[in-house]
Amino acid sequence: MFAYILRRLLYAIPILIGVNLLTFALFFVVNTPDDMARLQLGAKHVTPDAIERWKVEHGYDKPLLLDSKATGSAQFTDTIFFRHSAAMFAFQFGKGDDGRDIANEIRTRMWPSLAIALPVFVIGLLVNITFALLMVFFRTTYLDLWGVVLCVVLMSVSGLFYIIAGQYFIAKLWDLLPISGYAGGINGFKFVLLPVLVSVAAGLGSGARWYRTIFLEEIGKDYVRTARAKGLGEVRVLFRHVLKNGMIPILTGAVVVLPLLFMGSLITESFFGIPGLGSYTIDAIQAQDFAVVRAMVFLGSFLYIVGLILTDISYSWVDPRVRLQ
Amino acid sequence: MKPLLRVENLVTAIGSARVVDGVSFHVAAGETYALLGESGCGKSMTALSLMRLLPDGGRIVSGAVQLGETDVLGLPEREMRRVRGGQMAMVFQEPMLALNPVIKVGGQIDEALALHQGLAGQAARDAARALLDAVGVPDAARRLDTYPFELSGGLRQRMMIAMALAGEPELLIADEPTTALDVTIQAQVLDVLRRLRTERRMGMLLITHDLGVVAENADRVGVMYAGELVEEGARDTFFAAPQHPYSRMLFEALPRPGDSGRLTTIAGQVPRLDGQLRGCRFAPRCPFAIARCRTESPGWQDRDGQRVRCHLAGSLPATSVRERVAHLVAEHVSQPLLQVEGLKVHFPIRRGFIQRTVGHVHAVDDVSLAIEAGRTLALVGESGCGKTTVGKALLRLIEPTAGTILLGGETITAKNAPTLRRQAQMVFQDPFSSLNPRMRVADILLEGMDALGVGAAGTRRDAIARLLRQVGLPDDAGDRYPHAFSGGQRQRIAIARALAVSPRLVICDEPTSALDVSVQAQILNLLKDLQAELGLAYLFITHNLAVVEYLAHDVAVMYLGRIVEQGPAAEVLRAPRHPYTQALVSAVPRIEPQIGQSIIRLAGDQPSPLNPPNGCHFHPRCPQAGAVCRQTYPGQTDLGGGHWVRCHWVAGQV
Amino acid sequence: MSFMPVVLWTDRLIFALLAAVLELVWFIRRHPHLRAPWAAVARRPMAMGAALVLAVFVVIGLLDSLHYRERLPDSPPGQPQYSVEVLSAFDALVGPLRTRQEKTYSAPLAMQLYAKEFIERDGATVRDYPRLKYGGAHLKRADAREPDIVRRILVGLAQGLAVGLLLFGLLAAWQTRHRHMVFGTWLTAWATGHLGWPGRTIALTVALMLMLGMVTFHLAAGYHVFGTDKVGQDVLYISLKSIRTGLVIGTLTTLVTLPLAIVLGIAAGYFRGWVDDVIQYVYTVLNSIPGVLLIAAAVLIVQVAIEAHPDLFDTAAARADIRLLALCLIMGVTSWTSLARLLRGESLKLRTLDYVEAARAFGVSHARIISRHIFPNVFHLVLIAIVLDFSGLVLAEAVLSYVGVGVDPTMYSWGNMINGARLELAREPVVWWQLGAAFAFMFTLVLAANLFADGVRDAFDPRLEGRR
Repeated sequence: MFAYILRRLLYAIPILIGVNLLTFALFFVVNTPDDMARLQLGAKHVTPDAIERWKVEHGYDKPLLLDSKATGSAQFTDTIFFRHSAAMFAFQFGKGDDGRDIANEIRTRMWPSLAIALPVFVIGLLVNITFALLMVFFRTTYLDLWGVVLCVVLMSVSGLFYIIAGQYFIAKLWDLLPISGYAGGINGFKFVLLPVLVSVAAGLGSGARWYRTIFLEEIGKDYVRTARAKGLGEVRVLFRHVLKNGMIPILTGAVVVLPLLFMGSLITESFFGIPGLGSYTIDAIQAQDFAVVRAMVFLGSFLYIVGLILTDISYSWVDPRVRLQ
Repeated sequence: MKPLLRVENLVTAIGSARVVDGVSFHVAAGETYALLGESGCGKSMTALSLMRLLPDGGRIVSGAVQLGETDVLGLPEREMRRVRGGQMAMVFQEPMLALNPVIKVGGQIDEALALHQGLAGQAARDAARALLDAVGVPDAARRLDTYPFELSGGLRQRMMIAMALAGEPELLIADEPTTALDVTIQAQVLDVLRRLRTERRMGMLLITHDLGVVAENADRVGVMYAGELVEEGARDTFFAAPQHPYSRMLFEALPRPGDSGRLTTIAGQVPRLDGQLRGCRFAPRCPFAIARCRTESPGWQDRDGQRVRCHLAGSLPATSVRERVAHLVAEHVSQPLLQVEGLKVHFPIRRGFIQRTVGHVHAVDDVSLAIEAGRTLALVGESGCGKTTVGKALLRLIEPTAGTILLGGETITAKNAPTLRRQAQMVFQDPFSSLNPRMRVADILLEGMDALGVGAAGTRRDAIARLLRQVGLPDDAGDRYPHAFSGGQRQRIAIARALAVSPRLVICDEPTSALDVSVQAQILNLLKDLQAELGLAYLFITHNLAVVEYLAHDVAVMYLGRIVEQGPAAEVLRAPRHPYTQALVSAVPRIEPQIGQSIIRLAGDQPSPLNPPNGCHFHPRCPQAGAVCRQTYPGQTDLGGGHWVRCHWVAGQV
Repeated sequence: MSFMPVVLWTDRLIFALLAAVLELVWFIRRHPHLRAPWAAVARRPMAMGAALVLAVFVVIGLLDSLHYRERLPDSPPGQPQYSVEVLSAFDALVGPLRTRQEKTYSAPLAMQLYAKEFIERDGATVRDYPRLKYGGAHLKRADAREPDIVRRILVGLAQGLAVGLLLFGLLAAWQTRHRHMVFGTWLTAWATGHLGWPGRTIALTVALMLMLGMVTFHLAAGYHVFGTDKVGQDVLYISLKSIRTGLVIGTLTTLVTLPLAIVLGIAAGYFRGWVDDVIQYVYTVLNSIPGVLLIAAAVLIVQVAIEAHPDLFDTAAARADIRLLALCLIMGVTSWTSLARLLRGESLKLRTLDYVEAARAFGVSHARIISRHIFPNVFHLVLIAIVLDFSGLVLAEAVLSYVGVGVDPTMYSWGNMINGARLELAREPVVWWQLGAAFAFMFTLVLAANLFADGVRDAFDPRLEGRR
């Protein structure tokens, strides 16, 4: 088991290197620093001088991979690749266009992101499972049929609609909650409530329907018939036997996104004015702040890989067949 | 005496199909009643109707089920739960699927104990351990804390039985309880069931397709066909003189020891149950049917204590004795067609941090065999012994680790594989997974000819027509897709596919084990005809000894990757010398009572090939094992006439 | 010639796709085992109703993909000059809807602008809501508006119903002749749902769509049905034009996804070993990068590339079109992984099946085993993935356009509509119609696609067999 996890951890390294090389290629090779400068400066101010100045300011005036002018190890270290891509392995992301340290920003902004994303994750999981179990319990009745139709309708609505409608009705029209904003500590509760509510509602349709399929697949299996043949009631069959088996794919599917919760949600945070990593990212995209975008790509990949490793661990934790073999 | 279970006129429908139609029978306490029938005849649905556990879409239309004083069909669902697992419990076919994979077996047994005996905590644990002792699970206390996947098939089924006993049921329903098990394990489990029935005076409803199992276990028998019960009687009278034409044909379709005569087959198929059925349901397939059979459904007739639903009961010709033909003896040809020396297939086991190879599974370990043209060698063994791997390694579907293969005098290597593939082909076990559902039958047959360039392109259409005729399929079969055919017909297509490239050797991997008895007979007859016609050699891989006796000239018995005994089929099966072969032969349930043969029951399970025992692999289960058996693997002991064994004990006797 | 046909890149691909679909339909019709699941889809009322709605969207999208440029009226006959504005057959059909532009916002079915302005009335300058140039321009007085609208709705309903009944009559006549039935028996069979195909649902859906269409037609002749946007353009027109964008994203993206997913997924599962390792590595790397960021990075690059080569595009439409195509490409590259993983798993299972072993026993080549044994047996998964992904992609467009990495801001799309309108929610009174129309159209398309996808999945997925 230990060797297995260690192997997974080591496997993460080539993946991260792959991500790093890919972003390097996208941001510096296909799209050269000159192009970036032109885009940033706007059509009016493009002069060779301005471009050079911009590159020096942002530290993009070095050669890409190999500095033939330098000597010794500086040949490799005094390059864009080393300064801007390889440095990310040490979580050195440099500064954004606004001059602030990106690593620092990440440290302060991940908590608001988590304050929204974690409740959404936990409440969403509970609500979806409950709804799915209800549909499965009434699976031979019209309740299930209409439940599925409701799910399909809910998942056909654009996520933006949930946010806009939530903000408009709950916050603006009925004035129940603040429309946007954020505060730390206990005061933040009222700001968190609406985004969480809206996000859970937006995920309900597809989530519940997916879990229902998982439970239905389990309920058709022989061991369920055995449980009934023992004389167990339907509720007990559902909760002890079906839920326990169905939770294996559900949990392992959920664990992979767990680390990514730190990244927050782009859309929700930007609509609700949450100062998290999601809105940080979206601002960076809109301002074309490449340093921040690069940092977020690396961070996202890193967290995803952590999620993959956690998935492997959780698999062996919940499924005895994996744990004991 | 008042019966324990009384079923009256039970009718069960799934959708519009009446899968159980007017079934009545009764089971007394301490009695085993066997419901016998081929797949799809409604026997399992009858059992599930009694438990009221029909699948979604199924419903009981009418009838009455009386269990003791309880009217089972009239109970509200709440009350029914007390009956399920309490008064009446059920054991299912596939113990791997029927147990919850993520709950420890102890927990699953406790559930039933809590429900029906109100036991919890230590009391439940003690009761569970007592139950495991009762079903013969060794090391019971430890086994309670294992998950189903950690147990062997035989132990899992014992756990199922223990769970069924937890509610102290008056009636135990066993639905094909041993079909998924190996024959030596089947014998163990059936012993347990028999003993429990006597000890606890339970009534038992045994559902099976196996006449041998019925003969050894049942007190009374009911034969089902197409949703109806067609014959019923005490075991002895039924086996002495079955009355219904269908029952008779079932007997005659079965290969029997000492007899290689042509098997009787039943033409046609079981009728669909969702249409209007008139007359006797068996009439379309019955060779004796008269006009009345097609219009009027026969009622029950009593004949010397046996009950039968047939217009012709009593007036049928006396049981047609099949032409008895002595065992196959074909003259030896000097040059064997296939000669295998020292075949080994080892699979690496990778473990640890860098997936280092830490050992090998010796799936096939030093197997040598030879087959002459026109002869059949049967490779016999239980699941996991490596017999299928031998077949696949011969065709290089699995790369052998070591060994030489000579086919027609030519050494087969990776380079001349096409030669091999023209001369040797394979027929697989499951006719449903061996035909691509998205290809027409003609294209399936053409595939091999195309790939190996057999015959001119212009003549291939004729070749297909000839092949289809040869295996007894209609001419228009080529244009249809596999799903239009029944299991038996699909196996014919698979045989035709193998024959398409005119091979000299056909490797048959359990070609009849997925088929019903009557269909099995058709395929066995066909294989035999083709051998006579084309001079084919067969390597017949099977676990079914009855089939071996019918078809094979020679037999090789495998245990854990090695051949332990080999020789002429008649000699090996009638006078086996290796203790394992003896146990195997003894474990097969027989229709005819075995006289003068002591019953040998093996203890325990076949060990994992991952970690075979030292010395003779068989010694932990062997009744004759001595000190030397634990240390060295026995060499070959020649018994003359091509018969040899690998056994220290036999070597000591000779 | 009074116009010059313009074939944009996406047009080419759309019609190539259409040809491929028609070819596939023809192929399926000839193979009974391929036809059977489609027949099962056709028996499902929900799926067929959804298919009809989808068909309407597709027809609009296709009409909107036949592009041309009008000849300028004052161009010399020898050297014809053409307008830089690229129009489509759809524009020609709905003509006035496009040209009747107001000054700025106006509410649905309004006859006045949204904002007060100083206007000349009876010689005096007053601050009031000015009358619209086109919306309700035929009305003399303000109080005539409501009766006029009601009249138009009623006329539309009646006409829709009439056409519907006519079509129904024709269907009944054809069916009774074809099946040799009495009309009464056929009608009973129809009403009780015993036709063998979902006649009731289809008839009702067609009738509803006809009535809706007729009502819209009559209202649109005199009003802006969904109001106008900031620059006074008809919102109904924008919504309809956005259909093509949604369809292009939903379908062309899959066109990129499929070859990648099929080739790599099957190769990984079938060959295993190092091929599998490499492919798994590639898709784990791609998967690990947050999709939006990868798309954002790629879109920025495309934008730079487009701006660096302005000479390649003769019209704004061509520029926007290339960006749309690039978006489809990028979304395809980021979204093939899930299907590939599914196909890999299935191929792993299939390769151990006896019929593949039998083929190997004949020495059949890998290419042939894959094309004849593996691919046809995973095709249902591909199909299910196509229909399921479609709705997700349509929804994703809106989000991406909001983030600013979606389609070109000048392009008609629901995402751009939402993006442009959401800030106006703060206004008093609220400008809701633009958002409402975008969401309503998107919802209709996505719901229809989802319901259809459900039907397809139920019919094709063997695991779901026997479950409802």
